[in-house]
Amino acid sequence: MGASDIAALFIVFAPGLAAAVAGIGQRVLGDKGAMTLTTAILVAAFAAAAVQFFNQVFGAHAASVSHTIVLARWIDIGSFSANWAVRIDTLSVVMMFVVTTVSALVHIYSISYMEHDPHRARFFAYLSLFTFAMLMLVTADNFIQLFFGWEGVGLASYLLIGFWYKKPSANSAAIKAFVVNRVGDFGFALGIMALVFVIQPPAEFVGANGAVAASYLQQIGVEKFSSIGFDTVFGVINHNLAVQPIGAHAATAVQSVAFDFLGHHVYALEMTGVLLFIGAMGKSAQFILHTWLPDAMEGPTPVSALIHAATMVTAGVFLVCRCSYLYEHTVVAANIITVIGAVTCFFAATVGMAQNDIKRVVAYSTCSQLGYMFFAAGLGAYQAAMFHLFTHAFFKALLFLSAGAVIHGLHDEQDMRRMGGLRKKMPLTWAMMLIGTLALTGVGLPGVEGLKIGFAGFFSKDATIETAFVSHDTFAPLAFWLSVGAAVLTSFYSWRLMFMTFEGKTRADHHAYDEAHDAPWVMAVPLIVLAVGAVFAGGVFAHAFVDEGQQAFWGSAIFTGADNHVLHDRHELPMWVEILPAAAWIVGLLFAVFFYLLNPSIPRRMAEHGGPLLSFLQRKWYFDELYHFVFVRGAALLGDFFWKVGDKTIIDGGGPDGVTKLAKSGAGGLSKLHTGYLFHYALVILLSAVAFGAVVMLGRGGG
Amino acid sequence: MTGLPILSIVTFLPLVGALVIGAFRIFGGPNFAGSASKSIAFVITLATFAASLVALAQFHPSQSGFQLVEDVPWFTGTSYKLGVDGMAILLIVLTTFLTPLCILASFKPIEDRVADYMIAFLVLETLMIGVFCALDLMLFYVFFEGGLIPMFIIIGIWGGKNRLYAAFKFFLYTLLGSLLLLAALIYMSNVAGTTDIVTLQRFPFDPHVQTWLWLAFFASFAVKLPMWPVHTWLPDAHVEAPTAGSVILAGVLLKMGGYGFLRFSLPMFPDASHLFQPLMFVLSVIAIVYASLVAFRQTDIKKLIAYSSVAHMGFVTLGIFSFTQMGIQGAIFQMLSHGVISGALFFCVGVIYDRMHTREIAFYGGLVHRMPIYAGLFMLFSMANVGLPGTSGFVGEILTMVGGFQASTWAAAGAALGVILSAVYMLTVYRRVVFGEMTNEKLSAIKDLTATEIFILGLLAISALVLGVAPSLIFDATAGSTADILAGIGK
Repeated sequence: MGASDIAALFIVFAPGLAAAVAGIGQRVLGDKGAMTLTTAILVAAFAAAAVQFFNQVFGAHAASVSHTIVLARWIDIGSFSANWAVRIDTLSVVMMFVVTTVSALVHIYSISYMEHDPHRARFFAYLSLFTFAMLMLVTADNFIQLFFGWEGVGLASYLLIGFWYKKPSANSAAIKAFVVNRVGDFGFALGIMALVFVIQPPAEFVGANGAVAASYLQQIGVEKFSSIGFDTVFGVINHNLAVQPIGAHAATAVQSVAFDFLGHHVYALEMTGVLLFIGAMGKSAQFILHTWLPDAMEGPTPVSALIHAATMVTAGVFLVCRCSYLYEHTVVAANIITVIGAVTCFFAATVGMAQNDIKRVVAYSTCSQLGYMFFAAGLGAYQAAMFHLFTHAFFKALLFLSAGAVIHGLHDEQDMRRMGGLRKKMPLTWAMMLIGTLALTGVGLPGVEGLKIGFAGFFSKDATIETAFVSHDTFAPLAFWLSVGAAVLTSFYSWRLMFMTFEGKTRADHHAYDEAHDAPWVMAVPLIVLAVGAVFAGGVFAHAFVDEGQQAFWGSAIFTGADNHVLHDRHELPMWVEILPAAAWIVGLLFAVFFYLLNPSIPRRMAEHGGPLLSFLQRKWYFDELYHFVFVRGAALLGDFFWKVGDKTIIDGGGPDGVTKLAKSGAGGLSKLHTGYLFHYALVILLSAVAFGAVVMLGRGGG
Repeated sequence: MTGLPILSIVTFLPLVGALVIGAFRIFGGPNFAGSASKSIAFVITLATFAASLVALAQFHPSQSGFQLVEDVPWFTGTSYKLGVDGMAILLIVLTTFLTPLCILASFKPIEDRVADYMIAFLVLETLMIGVFCALDLMLFYVFFEGGLIPMFIIIGIWGGKNRLYAAFKFFLYTLLGSLLLLAALIYMSNVAGTTDIVTLQRFPFDPHVQTWLWLAFFASFAVKLPMWPVHTWLPDAHVEAPTAGSVILAGVLLKMGGYGFLRFSLPMFPDASHLFQPLMFVLSVIAIVYASLVAFRQTDIKKLIAYSSVAHMGFVTLGIFSFTQMGIQGAIFQMLSHGVISGALFFCVGVIYDRMHTREIAFYGGLVHRMPIYAGLFMLFSMANVGLPGTSGFVGEILTMVGGFQASTWAAAGAALGVILSAVYMLTVYRRVVFGEMTNEKLSAIKDLTATEIFILGLLAISALVLGVAPSLIFDATAGSTADILAGIGK
């Protein structure tokens, strides 16, 4: 085990250990001890991850060939074989860097932000627990460990959303987040089951003891066959090897295997792809399963930045990119990803325009940006999806933490209708928020190939939009136009946020306004670091992530089919397509200037008069109402029905209670039966035993 | 094998303890016996646990078939025969592990007729262990049905207000099952000329006859497990039982049903088992979905966990009747895991019941403010109960579903719904009991866990986590049993 392996193990497990020590030993350590320990560990992990990452970008591309550190056997039954392992390849190196960077900064920021909270030790333990689970997720070498991290981040998210457990709204939001994610996990789990069902070696390659023949394993390049291991699954799919699904009589090439799923005969890879994506939709809050994310803003703001913007919610995108070997061989599944992503990026942006809670605006923005990542992945530009994931982590964490600084400086005020005029009061926060906004809206100089001038989002978001233009997939035009539309809306709601918060005459209560102050330096440092990322993460890394250097950079971590040229075709665009994103943010900005700088009375009057469109947007397309009516009330009604009618009336009424009634009427009182029942029962058993003995003796005594 | 009859020692050591306490009670008077019986029972159950570990150490996981066999002829065709395979020895260890914890947890709450209580518990332990190592059908029947008597006594004497109703319901259900089981047993003994389980497992019963025998065994095991729709005795029994009774009921007694299916129904009646596979899948999925939805609406915390047990045992039957290696391994694992988790959850309920004497969910709220350690451990067991990966609950659920998927995607998808629903009811009850403001003034003086309680729940927490992270410890031991069962069912 070399130094880099030891570093990788440290990155993954040290935060977990810190979480355990801080959580269990918080009384011994105290708040200060717990904070110092977890933060120091995270900073160290960040340093180690940064070395790995920069080596991969500018150095020897050590991670371009994946390698796996196996730690222990976990579940190992037949082909259902999963290890505890740390897999190092470009995808995991990128994710480790993103996660530890944002996490370390959020730890530092929280030292100040949570200063007056009586449960700081618990808070930091949860933060580190989350980081550990997220790192286990991204370094998994099989679907089961990925699922461990997947549910682990869900647990941490649940605990942190509900961190202020006195608040009923926080508790509800926490449960909602967990349960909606579980709906996605329902799909994920079925996807795992489908894999185990399908990815089975042909009978001719299986020995009498269940071992798989070496000749078959060599084709994949693994030592042990595992239906849920990345190497096996992706190897089998990529080489289109013959597999023999359980119960099938003959082997078939994996890409043409079909099976019966819930009464439908479907292609196995397509179905598996769809099922896994349902999991991704839950975790990444995509259209239909998005409702938990805005409510998750009940948690402390640093949590929103770390979990609900930069890292956990991107796990779904990571999953799809991790499975590029699968999705490159699917059509329907990839199309579904494209459509859901495209619809989400537009839908969430429309809702974002009508929100007044500063955090909810940013939350819907996150939801929308995740949509960009998904449609890019669906169109086969996994690199662009990962690139946007990477830059988005910086500027969205920046936006959230800046929003946190505003809330912190304004005595926990989150409603933008009670803000305004704060630029003079908090100039640093304003500058940071401005950088975040420029990065999010994708401000840059288009049409100049060689020069890389622009904020982070300019490179990554435009890469996704361009992908949608050049792709020949069925739904690429839909993705293109929806994403351009969403870019206009993004610019509008972002500037609306800027103007409502920082410009004009203040609408804040004047005590709060007078006392409003900029972030203390412990909070300011993370903001500045993130701002550096929001400015430079695009231009500096575009070469490695999506341009000429991408093949050497990603290596075997991402697979691109032979007929997939989207990334390359992106470089020959008509001028209007290159300029369109810039036009989009300018249009959005102009509208925001008109409504929120020059004529702020117009939106105010609109809000007062309401109207169906506005309430449609404000009520978030009525998803919560619909779900509440159908699922929450439905489950309650069904539960009551099964309990009161099913169990009590039908089963008990027809069974034991009915018998009791008969006994009551017939035998003059239940009490007699009751006093005697034990004796009766013992007697029955005794008599049965005797009877049995007698029968056996008689039956055999003669013969 | 030569040397000590270790299985007999494990089985009958608790009975010896019961006799000793009985002697104290007769010669030393009930008061003296009361205090002494606690220590005696605890020491004896600890010794039994140690003895079961010795048996486990002597067990060779790599060999198939039964080991540590003791065989003494009894009367014609019937013998006193004990032996274990991997599944059985692990269920025995589960039993001997949970029992001393139950005794320990009973020290305070049981004030009335303590010696009698301990005697009942020790007799119960002997009978439970006997069930898992009996290799003669007649012997099995005696242990299996006999175990109900001490359970009745525990519920009937130390139970809650409606204990008589609960015990009566339990009685009616099990009576039906046991009579049919007895009839089947007599028939099999006559046809095969023996009650030896190993012989019967290879005896080729006529397929038509198998159907009837299978149904007779099913009646008994389905009630025990319990399966929908013969599950309604369980919530009542749990609600009325004292904490330790609930722990044993959920932790061990329910497993006898699953054990029965694996030991008898599958190997002895393979054709009938295949025939009834669809029925078992339907009942399993109904159990999972129906019981989860009902659990969601409960106002009594013990009833809620009881319904949750019904749902989780649905995964066991799903795995068993998938007739796959993963499904059956998963089902055995799920039984062990559920023994730990549901036992721990009933202990958690016992903790607050002992303090407040009510199980009403609405009475509680905000416990985290006064009981942070309790809140932490209860959270861990709640997460284990919803099958969070890293805890034992996950391993059993995913494997039984993977097994089920291979036989029927409908069954797997139905069961997977349970994964959503368990999160709904478990997080809701946790929130209502532990989170929120503490508004009920009666709770204001409630104390966090005592050292004993931390010890008990801590051990169970470690078990749930170790099994969740290193389940191979179990799978290595049950691989042989699973292979034997699959060979018996013709797969």
